[in-house]
Amino acid sequence: MKRILIILLLLSFYASQARTIIVGKNHIVTSLRKAVALAASKDTILLEKGLYKEGNIIINKPLYLIGEGEPILDGDNRYEILTVSTNGAIIKGIKFQNAGYSSTLDFAAIGVIDAQNIIIENNSFSNTFFAIHFANSSEALIAGNTIVGTFKSEQTSGNGIHLWKCNNIVVENNNIQGHRDGIYFEFVTNSIIQQNNSHNNIRYGLHFMFSNNDAYLENTFNNNGAGVAVMYSHHVLMQKNVFENNWGGSAYGLLLKEISDGTIVQNQFVQNTAGIVMESTNRIDVQLNSYRGNGYALRIQASCNENTVHHNNFQGNTFDVATNGTLMLNEFYNNYWDKYEGYDMNKDIIGDVPYHPVSMYSMVIEQNPNAVILLRSFMVSLLDKAEKAIPSLTPENMTDNKPLMKPLAL
Amino acid sequence: MLKISKYVLYDIIKNRVMIGYTAFLFIVSISMFQMEENSSKAMLSLLNIVLIVVPLISMIFSTIHWYNSYEFIELMLTQPISRKKVILSEYTGISSSLVTAFLIGVGIPVCIYNFNDTGVSLLLIGSLLTLIFTSLAFLASVKSKDKARGIGAALLLWFYFALIYDGLVLLILFAFSDYPLEKITLVLSSLNPVDLGRIFIMLNMDISALMGYTGAMYKDFLGSSSGMIYTLGILIIWMLVPLTIAIRSFNKKDL
Repeated sequence: MKRILIILLLLSFYASQARTIIVGKNHIVTSLRKAVALAASKDTILLEKGLYKEGNIIINKPLYLIGEGEPILDGDNRYEILTVSTNGAIIKGIKFQNAGYSSTLDFAAIGVIDAQNIIIENNSFSNTFFAIHFANSSEALIAGNTIVGTFKSEQTSGNGIHLWKCNNIVVENNNIQGHRDGIYFEFVTNSIIQQNNSHNNIRYGLHFMFSNNDAYLENTFNNNGAGVAVMYSHHVLMQKNVFENNWGGSAYGLLLKEISDGTIVQNQFVQNTAGIVMESTNRIDVQLNSYRGNGYALRIQASCNENTVHHNNFQGNTFDVATNGTLMLNEFYNNYWDKYEGYDMNKDIIGDVPYHPVSMYSMVIEQNPNAVILLRSFMVSLLDKAEKAIPSLTPENMTDNKPLMKPLAL
Repeated sequence: MLKISKYVLYDIIKNRVMIGYTAFLFIVSISMFQMEENSSKAMLSLLNIVLIVVPLISMIFSTIHWYNSYEFIELMLTQPISRKKVILSEYTGISSSLVTAFLIGVGIPVCIYNFNDTGVSLLLIGSLLTLIFTSLAFLASVKSKDKARGIGAALLLWFYFALIYDGLVLLILFAFSDYPLEKITLVLSSLNPVDLGRIFIMLNMDISALMGYTGAMYKDFLGSSSGMIYTLGILIIWMLVPLTIAIRSFNKKDL
């Protein structure tokens, strides 16, 4: 009896011990599809170097799918390559290419749906419609992936990393380019986006909709069609990101639309048409950011309320702040403005004269965009000087009463 | 003709105003590059110098010089030389000395501190504006026999191009703001060499703020190589037309 028990115990132990299935030309199992069918829960599938064209493979049990020497999974331009709908799957070190394109379905290289505890790490993606597509999932890590899309029109290309209705996701260290939106968040909560580099995307580097309590940290967004958009969300933290070279007729470093209670700290806005554009945003704390060489550093629409802008550096921007009305319900203090011409009598490094960051001519351009051709003409600088002395067009209470005399070390 | 130009040049160098002008430009440019920590900001201040001071000095100097060397011109006309040659050699002498002064005074600092597209276009536009305003000054002084009137006319012309014209453009833009004005603004800016020069340099300088719809259109048109040829062509026309009118009326003039 004891012996049987021991054997049973050993057997059960053996059964629960995960196996490793090696897939490759020189092994018994040559196709991934077969391996997935053979595998039990928590088994490891080692995919050896090679090209695998196997249509759509569904992973519906917790498997560790690991590539050795970058095996290639090809979707033949027709299929979604991997569909994951399980808890606890890991996908590592695989190169995905040529996922299918559809105008009705969101085909992806890796589609994750109704899943939890997923890790997608160190994969590379090329020419995939959507690269990584998450829907209704939680607790996932998406890290170290390289995603390169083929440059098509906004309508016919998908997003690099697309998350819809997710919770507790970490997106980290990915490099994304050539997609419609680099990273797309919709109804995603309690998630972190960090140290990603999203560049040369057709529309936004990062697109954020209805996603609350998220943070994005230390990312770089450059040369995207329209920069980064954060819309209809609250409690978002944006820290130490770099927004640069987002140029174009309707491009901006960062667009905030209907945002409230967020924090924007220690970011760099360099050479954007507009550094930050705020529309209907409330209670945002903008501090310790650096704005250099932008067309407009900040565009705050009159619909914004109770935002505070303090301890920022404004250097070499054509216009520091622009607005579209005379109403101004936001607060500015202790910023450094390189255009400030005041003095500091008591040497406390805070200027004694308030600074008016809205130049008169930016108001003129707001009303009549054609007038931009007179920018920097002698007459315009005279008008600006006159306006500084007696403000009439610019919002009177839009002042920094305690401007800094020296730039902050940011 | 070159011989007369040579005498004009000797005369200009002798009276030291040109050396003062060169030194002024040189000191201003150097100090701007020294004061601003980033050279693109210094370029912006230099842009104002090029657009305002260079035309003004060119105009005033040319008119005064014309009236001061009136006797010399009359003497030359007693010789068997055509009037056209006399006025052209005067023009060559004055404009070449002004351009040289500009290229030394602004060119050397720009080459040291900010030698790139913007720098080169600044120098190009500055030189062209010197030529244009010298020829406008010639027109003003040939047309009016009285010295005070000539200088007055030159000053008014400068005032018009530097200031009044922009005011008028702004007025037109606001009066007709309900209509599509993109093409018209393009034409309007071609009618003022200072504006055209400014836009030409600005497209090299801070494109981002210009990038709205109008800006994009300007960039598409004036920023392309054909646009550059257009700009330079218009500026050369601005130089040639007043000069030709001046030569014509000088030919007919009863001295």
